[in-house]
Amino acid sequence: MSAVVDRDELRDDVLNGLQLSSQLERIWRTPSGLAGALMSVDHKVIGRRYIATAFVFLLLGGILAVLMRVQLAGPEKTFLSADKYNQIFTMHGSTMMFLFAVPVMEAFAVYLVPLMVGTRNIAFPRLNAFSYWMFLFGGCFLWISFLFNVGPDVGWFSYVPLSSLQFTPTKRADVWAQMITFTEVAALAVSVEIVVTVFKLRAPGMTLDRIPLFVWAMLVTSFLVMFAMPSIMVASTSLILDRLVNTRFYDPSSGGHPLLWQHLFWFFGHPEVYIIFIPGTGMVSAILATFARRPVIGYPVVILSLIGTGFLSFGLWVHHMFVTGLPQLGAGLFTASSMLIAVPSGLQIFCWLATLWDGRPVYRTPLLFVIGFLVIFVLGGLSGVMVASVPIDTQVHDTYFVVAHFHYVLIGGAVFPLIGAVYYWFPKIAGRMLSERLGRWNFWLAFIGFNVAFFPMHFLGLIGMPRRVYTYTADMDWAHLNLLSSIGAFVFALSFALLLVNVIYSLRKGALAGDNPWNASTLEWATSSPPPPQNFDRIPVVKHRDPLWADSESLPVVAGLSVERREVLLTSLAEAEPQTREASPEPSIWPLLTAIATTVFFIGSIFTPWAVLWGTPPMAVALIGWFWPSGSKEDEE
Amino acid sequence: MKVWVRRVLSVCATLPLTACAGRQSALDPQGLQSDQIRHTLFIFLVVAAVVWTAVVIALGGAMMRRKRAAGQPLDLHQAFEERTGRVILALGIATTVTVLGLSFVSYAGQRTVFAKDANVLTLKIIGHQWWWEVRYEADSPHQSFVTANEIRIPTGQPVKVELESADVIHSFWVPSLTGKMDLIPGQKNELQFTAKNAGVYRGQCAEFCGLQHAHMAFAVLALPPDEFGRWREHENQSADSPADQLGKQGEALFRARGCALCHNVSGTLAGGQLGPDLTHVGSRTTIAAGTLPNTPATLGGWISDPQHVKPGNLMPKMPLQSDELIAIIHYLEQLK
Amino acid sequence: MRQTIVRNVSELPTYGYGPRSGPWWGAMGFMALEGMGFAIAIGTYLYLYAVNPNWPIGAAPPDLWPGTVEAAVYLMSIIPNEITNRAAHRQDLAKVRVGLVVMALIGIALLVLRGFEFAHLNTRWDNSAYGSIVWLILGLHTTHLATDVGDTVVLAVLMFTRHAKPRRFSDVTDNVFYWNFVVLAWLPLYALLDWVPRL
Repeated sequence: MSAVVDRDELRDDVLNGLQLSSQLERIWRTPSGLAGALMSVDHKVIGRRYIATAFVFLLLGGILAVLMRVQLAGPEKTFLSADKYNQIFTMHGSTMMFLFAVPVMEAFAVYLVPLMVGTRNIAFPRLNAFSYWMFLFGGCFLWISFLFNVGPDVGWFSYVPLSSLQFTPTKRADVWAQMITFTEVAALAVSVEIVVTVFKLRAPGMTLDRIPLFVWAMLVTSFLVMFAMPSIMVASTSLILDRLVNTRFYDPSSGGHPLLWQHLFWFFGHPEVYIIFIPGTGMVSAILATFARRPVIGYPVVILSLIGTGFLSFGLWVHHMFVTGLPQLGAGLFTASSMLIAVPSGLQIFCWLATLWDGRPVYRTPLLFVIGFLVIFVLGGLSGVMVASVPIDTQVHDTYFVVAHFHYVLIGGAVFPLIGAVYYWFPKIAGRMLSERLGRWNFWLAFIGFNVAFFPMHFLGLIGMPRRVYTYTADMDWAHLNLLSSIGAFVFALSFALLLVNVIYSLRKGALAGDNPWNASTLEWATSSPPPPQNFDRIPVVKHRDPLWADSESLPVVAGLSVERREVLLTSLAEAEPQTREASPEPSIWPLLTAIATTVFFIGSIFTPWAVLWGTPPMAVALIGWFWPSGSKEDEE
Repeated sequence: MKVWVRRVLSVCATLPLTACAGRQSALDPQGLQSDQIRHTLFIFLVVAAVVWTAVVIALGGAMMRRKRAAGQPLDLHQAFEERTGRVILALGIATTVTVLGLSFVSYAGQRTVFAKDANVLTLKIIGHQWWWEVRYEADSPHQSFVTANEIRIPTGQPVKVELESADVIHSFWVPSLTGKMDLIPGQKNELQFTAKNAGVYRGQCAEFCGLQHAHMAFAVLALPPDEFGRWREHENQSADSPADQLGKQGEALFRARGCALCHNVSGTLAGGQLGPDLTHVGSRTTIAAGTLPNTPATLGGWISDPQHVKPGNLMPKMPLQSDELIAIIHYLEQLK
Repeated sequence: MRQTIVRNVSELPTYGYGPRSGPWWGAMGFMALEGMGFAIAIGTYLYLYAVNPNWPIGAAPPDLWPGTVEAAVYLMSIIPNEITNRAAHRQDLAKVRVGLVVMALIGIALLVLRGFEFAHLNTRWDNSAYGSIVWLILGLHTTHLATDVGDTVVLAVLMFTRHAKPRRFSDVTDNVFYWNFVVLAWLPLYALLDWVPRL
């Protein structure tokens, strides 16, 4: 083992109070000015940006949804052309999945996980900065392309051969495929950070069975990302290669096969649903415990359910391909495996119901959204059981029934908990409370609007309306339900406008939050709101699963970390025993420069294969700059 | 109960029921397979409704239950926690049993839906962007013919469609008769179904296939077997020669103005293979893959500006004088 | 909130090796996801193999010698790699310098061999789906090889400068660790690319 460093530096065991805070703040703060902002590696700064950016994409994706609902409100409308409509539904799906749902969940994790496990920064803070820039550039790349009429128009699933060069000779499919690469790089980076943060940066004493449920959820999600996303990377890369240098992966006349694409896409695409849903369940568990005023019943059951859901989610991608002519027995087995995922989901729901049953619920806005989640998500889960059945799926596949189903699952299962989470954690992030009055309006508009918009779609699907049609004829009996759905969509959109108003208003005028406005039990509430750059003046010691409830008077802490340089405490994997005091990187411009170099390389390589030659040296230079020691105390220990 | 409340409720109650009937509805089955699927669907629907109601009642109960007096969040009763754990475990087992039961129901339905019969009428259907080529193939080439966007089948006899694609992936779906099956380039899929009752059933492409995916419909006409036999006999024959002068003029223009480069009319010099076969186009109910009803007016509108009706389709706009257009329409209308 | 100091960690070291260090787990995470990438690529190869009656499609199997020589070099490279590892743990700067230079040279030699391997695949990427997947898999592994060689070279340069501080030795062990992954990844790929077409 290495030698112990001489005690020639100031430690936090000799400072106290304000002196300690201001000294740590000086070390950990993000430099001021634009340059400082571009160099920031603070997980809270990056987390805030990540959340805000993801919500901007939600807004854009939502506007597209409203446009589609205008077009479909009546038969034979000419509000949108076929070409625009196809771009818009592709952009809506791609934006919501890749630029909103996954990033926003990771964004919350980037902000909250280090606070919840009681450390000063996320593991690999520069990678974190890089991840954000890649996400931002990828999203801008997609949307700028759309504004220049090169938005993808082949669906968020981009099936070959429709997306091949022969049937999409423009760059639209390349834009889609490369946007995937951007966002996957960003998501994979965050996942590794979260895993290492949870494994190694937990506060002393936070053993595996004391980790907050939201953190467990994000840990499982991160593993799902790590094992699901390589599949879509291989898929999007091979698609670009087919289009750019004439490889034959998907060309049936040269041994390729269109169904290979679907296997690769859905091997990622199904876990993707759980990558979005599992963080939602983590949010539900966190909110429920606080507002039911008791810990979630069945902590180990919930964790085993999360892990079980994670494993099962890799075994049911084929249920997206029931009508592609697969062998019947195999399809039947995938029916059973798809339905089995109802078991871990069901167990979690039973635990939550029992918690509410035994608790003393305080009906604030976050809890309302959790209750809305339960009502909506259970319905979506049950329609999912129907879709998993091969004979039923042959009728409802690719119809509005499925549109209804997955919006119930994704909006019910992820967006409702997410909005609840916004109300719940906004005080921590902004230091001010959101308006409760607007919050109630927000909830009821969202709940009613959502159901009016999406419930009729179940019927539309069953009476024959396929997905992804830009119009329908008047004699199809679909007009009334579509009009109803469009009205609901407007109400639902209004609820988001209200959320935006609430956020803008409360940022200035909201009531001051204080450290722990909800009297919650987890560590993020043990520091000020918003937290200082160093998160905690001293690293907490955890002796209970609900530390702030177990000891509400004083917080046990460790001392002995440096106050002259950025230092985080590493602990052992299972028992969270302190092991090392590792340096944490300082702000750096190199992650941004690396992201720019990577962006040039990615965008260049959809135009010419030679981008591999001229695109890699700048990336290599930027990476060397990133890792080259700057001579600061952090690096030279 | 107030009158208006009752009225609203009764309207609401009938809404889904009236919506069930239709030419393209999984809830109004007219075939053996769609009947079986609806049967399976209803079993699932009942289970789902019961489970959802139970959860919502439990949720409401949890919210309305009289609560213990305020106390510390960690004042928990060990006995209660253990009892609740056992209830959750029991519910988990119940969930497992339910989904396994439903899997069994599903598989039983699947076996019926995909059962294969020996004595079948076989058709080949080839998907194109954005229309359907329908080939009735028999051992003797004289018994084989090609049509488009309209499929006639006998009632009561199993029909097997072999599905292929000429370009991208499409999906063949006639909800009133059976579930859908994809048409995938480089792969041969097949689907078998039996129409119970005579009637016209609408079908539509269900896999996104590009710009005009929305306008790729077709019709299935289920006919009594003897009527089907007569139709088939007739369809097998070449096109009728035009009876009048205007028709003859139309036939000549059909060739002279380029229509014949893409369209085939059996028994004439028009032998194009790119577009739908028009040998008996006059007897079809719709044109442009179910986009418009087949009348002289719509046919004229379609021929004079196909890109207006269905932007992006492969049929170009041909410069035609109005008398030329009238002659061509007249000719096509006679191709019964 | 009031704080009670219950423990002092000032005696803990400022870096660790293996599972005690953050970067080791980071490397582990990336290896897991890259390993998944290789697994998916292998799955793609086997899918195409399964749906095509003839394999390889319209080509002879790759010439055996480049892949085989590479496999041998990879396996033998584990020895100097491990020597470097032990030297890093002992913080023996001189030996680490030699080790890194040797490993960099081995890496460069493998890159040259890889060039020969591409030339002896007996198919082009645009010949058929077989050619496409073979080129993709080999390209994917070459990216890993090239990245690790680049990393080794930069680390070697660092160790010859004033930055050769104790914590760098932990970086060296992570580099060693990653090299083992590159070696381990090659073995199934070698079997797949060179031997499956001969089945």
